[in-house]
Amino acid sequence: MAVKKLSKDKVKEALQELTKFRLIAPAKSDEVVIFKQIENPDEAYLEYGNSTVPPKRVVFPQTETLFRFLRGSPELKEKDVEEEGTTVIFGLRPCDARAMAIVDRLFSWDYEDPYYLKRRQLTTLVGLACVEPPSVNCFCTSLGGSPFGTEGLDILLTDMGDHYLVQALTEKGEKLQETLSAHLEDAPAGDEKKAEELAAAAEGKIARSINTEGIPEKLPTLWEHELWKKVSAACLGCGICTFLCPTCHCFDIQDEVEETGEGRRARMWDSCMFSEYTLHASGHNPRPTRRERTRNRISHKYSYYPKRFEVIACVGCGRCINLCPVNIDILEILEQVVDAS
Amino acid sequence: MKNPYIPYEVKIEEAWYETPGDRCIKTFKVTFADEKVWDDWSHLPGQCAMVGIPGVGESMFCISSSPTEKGYLRFSIMKMGKNTSALHELEAGDSFYVRGPLGNNFPLEEWKGKNVITIGGGIGQAPLRPVIQWIRDNRDDFGELTVIYGARTSADHCFKPEFEDLGSCGDACCHLAVDVEEEGWPHFVGFVPTLLMEVSPSPENAIAVTCGPPIMIKFVLENLEKLGFAPEQVYTTLENRMKCGIGKCGRCNVGHLYVCKDGPVFSYSQLKEIPEAFA
Repeated sequence: MAVKKLSKDKVKEALQELTKFRLIAPAKSDEVVIFKQIENPDEAYLEYGNSTVPPKRVVFPQTETLFRFLRGSPELKEKDVEEEGTTVIFGLRPCDARAMAIVDRLFSWDYEDPYYLKRRQLTTLVGLACVEPPSVNCFCTSLGGSPFGTEGLDILLTDMGDHYLVQALTEKGEKLQETLSAHLEDAPAGDEKKAEELAAAAEGKIARSINTEGIPEKLPTLWEHELWKKVSAACLGCGICTFLCPTCHCFDIQDEVEETGEGRRARMWDSCMFSEYTLHASGHNPRPTRRERTRNRISHKYSYYPKRFEVIACVGCGRCINLCPVNIDILEILEQVVDAS
Repeated sequence: MKNPYIPYEVKIEEAWYETPGDRCIKTFKVTFADEKVWDDWSHLPGQCAMVGIPGVGESMFCISSSPTEKGYLRFSIMKMGKNTSALHELEAGDSFYVRGPLGNNFPLEEWKGKNVITIGGGIGQAPLRPVIQWIRDNRDDFGELTVIYGARTSADHCFKPEFEDLGSCGDACCHLAVDVEEEGWPHFVGFVPTLLMEVSPSPENAIAVTCGPPIMIKFVLENLEKLGFAPEQVYTTLENRMKCGIGKCGRCNVGHLYVCKDGPVFSYSQLKEIPEAFA
């Protein structure tokens, strides 16, 4: 399908068109930007860097019902994800789309997770290329991503100044582009070349990096290394590095019952940085301190995940660095891993 | 897409206490409320299931019956936390819910023709019971069966009537132990790893399987090595806190392996490579 342009003065009407679906876009919420469902195009905020909470919450909600039940009744009522309807996530960053492509492997591995996978099928991802790096701590290019990366995306938008260049990447993307055809025009000649130049320039603006070669194999050999004590010493165990990570996918399952006897089994984000996460009913805890928990967080992302799924479970979005209350920096940890002997 | 989070209702046919005390063990013999579930259900010794009650929660337990025991499943559960306490309240005629079978199994096909030694401690006998039962029900496929089992006191022994039967019918050579001397106890007094050395099984054409408290497993593994067992001849099961049981929720990993999905059965040669395995 031909590349198109979406003039900036037509963005609102295009978004209006998309509200016939469940439209999710970046929006300001107090001091931060989050992805939320929008009914009114004015709510969308596309001039953003990156969202504080990654859009993973759209396909993997912070809390979601698995099934409902009535105490004493054998009937279990499964949550039907289809009811949520066709969804468009508009304006997400390439790293966050790539994160979904990475997490897809976990949720479709062996057992298929129906809640996540149905939502993914129902969702079209419209990405917004990073002409400028959203943060000083971006390092996507070290992990196989890029500011203009398309992995996981159905459409890529590039900010060309007075308009967006619209490139459909998948069948889903083409279908959505079709839906928007009334608001799109042919892309100006030379736009694609200009976008390539912007992409190359954007890569050059990524300030931080790590050479990941050899890290997955090296990590298990550093099991008892003193570095784990050092890098976890300041950790408060707040879990923000995992909650705000676009590839972290761990969850808890809890039952909730109301006085009426109606209840639900729900799953909710959990964090390997919490002591309860691995606590046995006997009181024994195989990861009793933040040293073991930090070691597991880094090892899971950079060693265990690639061992099973052939990709590192980190996209270099920089959120865990930007938002850690005690300035723990995953790149500094990885540097120590590289230097350790 | 089949939903692996939706459990099946099971009806309790019989329930009885194996052991007394605060941490008593209760066995439930159950069958599916919907008989059609049996058409889709097939498990092997070592496999597990998520067992629970909607409104309380669920936890992972080994299926303590062998698939050769048709028409029912057994679970032997120690009263420990919220979910197990709620399960212990249930009696014959009551229901609970089961998701499974989950995890891998003991490779009994590969053990055909070999001598099998099971070494259990306390509730650790629960995953070994289906192995023993499977061998008894396919007796000609295996060599000698040696069963070594110990608990704190004779009252803490699970499956007592079955051990009596097992020893007397000649299917296996049974060696029982209690930790401390007690009146009228005719068998070994001491810990299971010591009893193992006393029995001193030959490693030749043999497989050793051990389940029990971590400290017992640690010394049993050491002693098996002393007896000449190679790591690939030795199997054990691991346990960790679990939620999903299907390799998604993250928490039960030891190194790159998920206990719920890649386990619970591991060979010692596999675990030797994983520093976290016995954490």
